[in-house]
Amino acid sequence: MSSKVIQAMYNDDDILMSAVKETRAAHHHIEEVFTPFPVHGLDKAMGLEPTKIAITAFMYGLCGLSFAIWMTNYMMIQDWPQNIGGKPSFAWIYNMPAFVPIMFEMTVFFAAHLMVITFYMRSRLWPFKKAENPDPRTTDDMFVMEVSVDGNEKELTSFLKETGAVEIKVTEKH
Amino acid sequence: MYTFSNRLRTFSFVLMIVGLIGIAWGFMNAPSTVEEAKEIIASQNSHDTHGTDHEVVPTSHGEEDSHTNVDAHTETTGHEVTTDSHGHADGHDAKHDEHVFHQLQNRPWSALYVAIFFFMMIALGTLAFYAIQHAAQAGWSIVLFRVMEAITAYLVPGTVILFLFLVLSGMHMNHVFAWMNPDLLDPAGDSYDKLLANKSSYLNVPALLIRSAIYIGGWILYRWYARKQTLAQDDAPEGNVHYLKLVKASAAFLVFFLITESMMSWDWIMSIDHHWFSTLFGWYIFAGMIVSAITTIAIITIYLKSRGYLDFVNDSHLHDLAKFMFGFSVFWTYLWFSQFMLIWYANIPEEVTYYVQRFDEYKLPFLGMIALNFILPILILMNSDYKRLPWFIIMAGILVLIGHYIDIYVLITPGSVGSSWSFISPEVIGSALFFLGLFIYIVFTALTKAPLKAKGNPFIKESEQFHY
Repeated sequence: MSSKVIQAMYNDDDILMSAVKETRAAHHHIEEVFTPFPVHGLDKAMGLEPTKIAITAFMYGLCGLSFAIWMTNYMMIQDWPQNIGGKPSFAWIYNMPAFVPIMFEMTVFFAAHLMVITFYMRSRLWPFKKAENPDPRTTDDMFVMEVSVDGNEKELTSFLKETGAVEIKVTEKH
Repeated sequence: MYTFSNRLRTFSFVLMIVGLIGIAWGFMNAPSTVEEAKEIIASQNSHDTHGTDHEVVPTSHGEEDSHTNVDAHTETTGHEVTTDSHGHADGHDAKHDEHVFHQLQNRPWSALYVAIFFFMMIALGTLAFYAIQHAAQAGWSIVLFRVMEAITAYLVPGTVILFLFLVLSGMHMNHVFAWMNPDLLDPAGDSYDKLLANKSSYLNVPALLIRSAIYIGGWILYRWYARKQTLAQDDAPEGNVHYLKLVKASAAFLVFFLITESMMSWDWIMSIDHHWFSTLFGWYIFAGMIVSAITTIAIITIYLKSRGYLDFVNDSHLHDLAKFMFGFSVFWTYLWFSQFMLIWYANIPEEVTYYVQRFDEYKLPFLGMIALNFILPILILMNSDYKRLPWFIIMAGILVLIGHYIDIYVLITPGSVGSSWSFISPEVIGSALFFLGLFIYIVFTALTKAPLKAKGNPFIKESEQFHY
């Protein structure tokens, strides 16, 4: 199945932002926007759903915390009981202050690493993957907005010209 | 311009009257003789209102001895109040009774001091936050400046009352500061405290009062100057003469503040447990101070917004305040834990007694306030969307303020009242309500004195359009 898209190029993030807003207001469907740097507020203008990565980060953090509790208990209390700080209580809860830094670090470690991995998987990124950006200039100084074509190519092209696009290309979407 | 609504004014007066009744009750029920003190303890034990706390009382010394079984202890007089020497087995009962008598006498004073310090601390923390905004030439917070200035208006009565309290303590009207007792410095007496005597060139009443006057004077001077310049800037928006003067003054004030705040925390709080010391205590007090201050700014801002004022404050400003509440709650916990863990790990008797007493006698407030100040704020305020919901911020804010009130209570009361404490009692709640009423009255009166928008500030446009 082939679906045609129009790639409109912009050379300024402010023009891009207003173009995105106009395109949405005119009820054209924006497939994707490619920018060389994060544009503040673009996700809201495109109407993207808010990210759920914060929730996953919280859950990963809880996993890390639980893991640290289990790990300290196993290593320091059960497998090889230790006299911590001259207080041989041999109970996890009474030695808890000594384990707080470990619990903190494990929480951060799990949250950070698993969040990055989740982000890569969600964005379908992996090592040696070929770049998906339609034009190498989007990694330098150009912004590209992809708008799906629904039999209204001419009308859409002139519309996008008016929004300030410096270059317009009609291609097949792979 | 804001007008102080009659309902709120009446409310503040009601709080003050109810508070005064509670404070008066506390002073009337404080024992005036050792016999009365014994009766109070006996009746509390038979009522068994808060069982474990009071059951401990008659045996508490035995317990402390076993816990703090310490070399240092034989030559000091213990970490608590006044004139008991642990070495004497004979006459221990009489000494103990007198000791408990002094502690019970301290209860209304100590409750008063907690409230005086807490509300003064909110005003002082707000002043520091305000100075940071100016010194950093921050753009987002200009719309909140008049609220902050109004809160700092409480600094003058708050610090003056605190100073009067210190003067009264110095005149031996109360024994909240046990080190002020001259018997401890008498080398011939049997309650001679060598450790305290070594500190007495710093820790003596005239020096304390002089230092306190310097701290208070410096803070009030900056607050007065800042208010004058920011009002002048409103009238003369051309050129930013007043604004730039204020930036310089704020930077200078912050240097002064960080030194005096640290010393203030030693003089006004840490000295209550005069054998104990912690090097990050100043930071710890600062963290509690700044989080309470930001919470108060947020609560008053939301209140004013709900009354139709401050329409130029948007939810991004609230979001930022809530982020500060979240961040400084974590910062406070970090400092609390840093102080605790090192002392717990090292287990040096002269340091660890401080925590032993709190765990033995103050377990519920001591551990409860950590939950209130850390676990609840972190869970409630973690979600980004919730930081924009006014009722969520209010709810979290009230928990944070109660938590930090208990924090100050647990900092002050163990050293002054010891094991015969009671948090849910007329004098503690009365003191809190009285100073809350006074705080509301003074802050909202100050709000009526100037327009709610600092319109002359060069960053006011940026602040009004601030969005996250």
